[in-house]
Amino acid sequence: MLSRTADHLFWMARYIERAENTARMLDVNLSTALLPQSAEEAERGWRAMLGISELLPAYDARHAHLSKRDVLDFMVRDPNNPSSIFNCLQSARENARAVRGAITTEVWETHNGTWLELQRLLHERLPERDPQQFFEWVKFRSHVSRGVTIGTMLKDEAFYFVRMGTFLERADNTARLLDAKYHGAEDTRELFADPGAEGIDHHGDFYYWAAVLRSVSAFEIYRRVYRNVITPARVAELLILRGDMPRSLASCINEVCLNLEMVRNASSNETERRAGLLRAELRYGRIEDILGQGLHSYLARFLERVNDLGGRISQDFLVPLAVH
Amino acid sequence: MAAARAYDEMYRPDAAVRAPYRGFESWLAEQSAEAMRDKRAEADLVFRRVGITFAVYGDQDADGSGTERLIPFDVIPRIIPAAEWRKLEAGLRQRVKALNAFLHDVYHEQAILRAGHIPAEQVFRNSQYRPEMHGVDVASQIYSHIAGIDVVRAGAGEFYVLEDNLRVPSGVSYMLENRKMMMRLFPDLFARNKVAPVAHYPDLLLNNLRSVAPQGVDEPTVVLLTPGMYNSAYFEHAFLAQEMGIELVEGQDLFVRDNAVWMRTTRGPQRVDVIYRRIDDDFIDPLAFRSDSSLGVPGLLSVYRAGRVTLANAIGTGIADDKSIYPYVPAMIEFYLGEKPLLANVPTHLCRKKDDLAYVLDHLPELVVKEVHGAGGYGMLVGPAASREEIATFAKRLRASPDNYIAQPTLALSTCPTYVESGIAPRHIDLRPFVLSGREVTMVPGGLTRVALREGSLVVNSSQGGGTKDTWVLER
Repeated sequence: MLSRTADHLFWMARYIERAENTARMLDVNLSTALLPQSAEEAERGWRAMLGISELLPAYDARHAHLSKRDVLDFMVRDPNNPSSIFNCLQSARENARAVRGAITTEVWETHNGTWLELQRLLHERLPERDPQQFFEWVKFRSHVSRGVTIGTMLKDEAFYFVRMGTFLERADNTARLLDAKYHGAEDTRELFADPGAEGIDHHGDFYYWAAVLRSVSAFEIYRRVYRNVITPARVAELLILRGDMPRSLASCINEVCLNLEMVRNASSNETERRAGLLRAELRYGRIEDILGQGLHSYLARFLERVNDLGGRISQDFLVPLAVH
Repeated sequence: MAAARAYDEMYRPDAAVRAPYRGFESWLAEQSAEAMRDKRAEADLVFRRVGITFAVYGDQDADGSGTERLIPFDVIPRIIPAAEWRKLEAGLRQRVKALNAFLHDVYHEQAILRAGHIPAEQVFRNSQYRPEMHGVDVASQIYSHIAGIDVVRAGAGEFYVLEDNLRVPSGVSYMLENRKMMMRLFPDLFARNKVAPVAHYPDLLLNNLRSVAPQGVDEPTVVLLTPGMYNSAYFEHAFLAQEMGIELVEGQDLFVRDNAVWMRTTRGPQRVDVIYRRIDDDFIDPLAFRSDSSLGVPGLLSVYRAGRVTLANAIGTGIADDKSIYPYVPAMIEFYLGEKPLLANVPTHLCRKKDDLAYVLDHLPELVVKEVHGAGGYGMLVGPAASREEIATFAKRLRASPDNYIAQPTLALSTCPTYVESGIAPRHIDLRPFVLSGREVTMVPGGLTRVALREGSLVVNSSQGGGTKDTWVLER
């Protein structure tokens, strides 16, 4: 298939996934903000939210203060923020429009419909009136777009590039979400000081980690898998290493590898090797070792490697220097 | 005013319903105004969701991207009885055959010029004539593989060809989508009327494009070359590529190497044999034509001239659909085919002729004056609808560059009942059937009917507020 087409498909999938994950992160922050907390704590939460997406400088350039209202506005509808939900859904739709011949009518209409409805919802000020309902809508539209992709598209290259985009983006976003606590806290080492401990130090942590689980639809899964109280170490294990947890890093990287194999070409060996190595480490890794080296430094390294994979996929498939 | 005495497609002057419309008219009488309003709203909604829009040149949204607009769709079909269509079809095939023969001739022996039927300077001094094409042999000697011929009905109901579109005619996707929409909104109508289907057009088109592949290529790779998603006809490009199952490429996806055209794919370069291009000649190869074009493919012309890739339509077809050449089409038909033209031309004054210019300047309020190279309804004067000042301004332009203009009598284009704000009222329409030429000539019955939605207006172009209708050719 055309490299440009593959590029649009890859980014179409990444943008809708990013919109979903932004909605998830905002949602978790809104729920934790409902807990009794000091103004400083609340501000720290919003700062963390921006920090994990590397958007603090952009936000500070536009707003003098950190407030829930301004952060929501910035992350939801600000056209100048390239990661706002508005921009993500618009970019997903523009990428789909550029290749509407390569996707099914249903996939195109889903992205177009999402974009049209978004404009209506923004006009009706739904994100301001009822942010949680708005975030539910974003998640739902992302579910629909994935479902219609799986349900209608031929399993050919186009499909594999869409899936690769989805899982690469999700790996990135889950890692950032897990790292959020680090961006907000002054010092997080004590959070994981005793990974085997059964209890949790104070109530705040329970609610925080429960919210993290909920944000990735993993609260019920946690209960089923562990049948035990919530500890940060188990949450980390679930979201990093559990291969059967659909938003875990292990699961995402596994999917990246599977789809990468399907589109393999003459120059993609090294990319496959790096992705495979990462998959093996996640499959055979232990949470104790990860926490031992420090969760934040582990996740930072992981994000670097995901970024490297994204760059290599672009180079191998999407913008090949075909003329020699 | 022309509207008062125009031929109406549905009603005879005595208000009786014409035979082909009887089935539709009695059905419409059974529908409540409310139900029809709902259906019209549904059509709008679906068109928007499906993204059947066109981009408007120059317009921008608040966020800086181009504006996308719907072309208004009218749910009252334009109906053509079978016998009438047979005559039209024969005339269109004849005309396009002659136009292709003319294109071959004018880039080879130039017999028609030597025989004195067309003044040679009319051709050679025309910017649409491409000397690069002289002596180039194209597959099957076909130049305009896809032609859109604009036909109007006037007077007592006779058909005239208003203009030939032989470069990159558009609109066929609306013909197909309008039918799809009508069948979705009113399935019972199609049970009651035997309407000839049109949905196989993309199949005919693909077959046509494959049939003109360069010699020796058995399994040609066909692509559709688009200027990109901000082009006004992008929807149609994407639609046709998808319907035919071929790649939709932009200039940047193609490159020339070893005297061949290739596209960049995820698995390396792939050879391209036939390019259905929706980019004008001027932009198709920056090395040969406009060097500032980023839409085309550098070096394409040299591969094309070597016969190693087919362009559909060919380069240089503009010389045959130029408005200053139009008056000579009947002569072409007699010259190349030895037949009498089956379809009439509109009488045309060439303003570059002194006598014609004098007549035109004297009769501006009755005439339609068009730019020779104009398209899309831009830069034209509709005399009866123009104010005194507009006519005076136009006369000045006309005197300054008479070569640039032709003039025709204002035809009372036929009208068809159409939904407007105040209810249903007659509006002027035209028809653009599409003629496919390759190893053989093929067509689907009908075409795109465009309708001028403003009362009395004769300009049907979508860029000027025109709408469209489904076009029915009845099978009996």
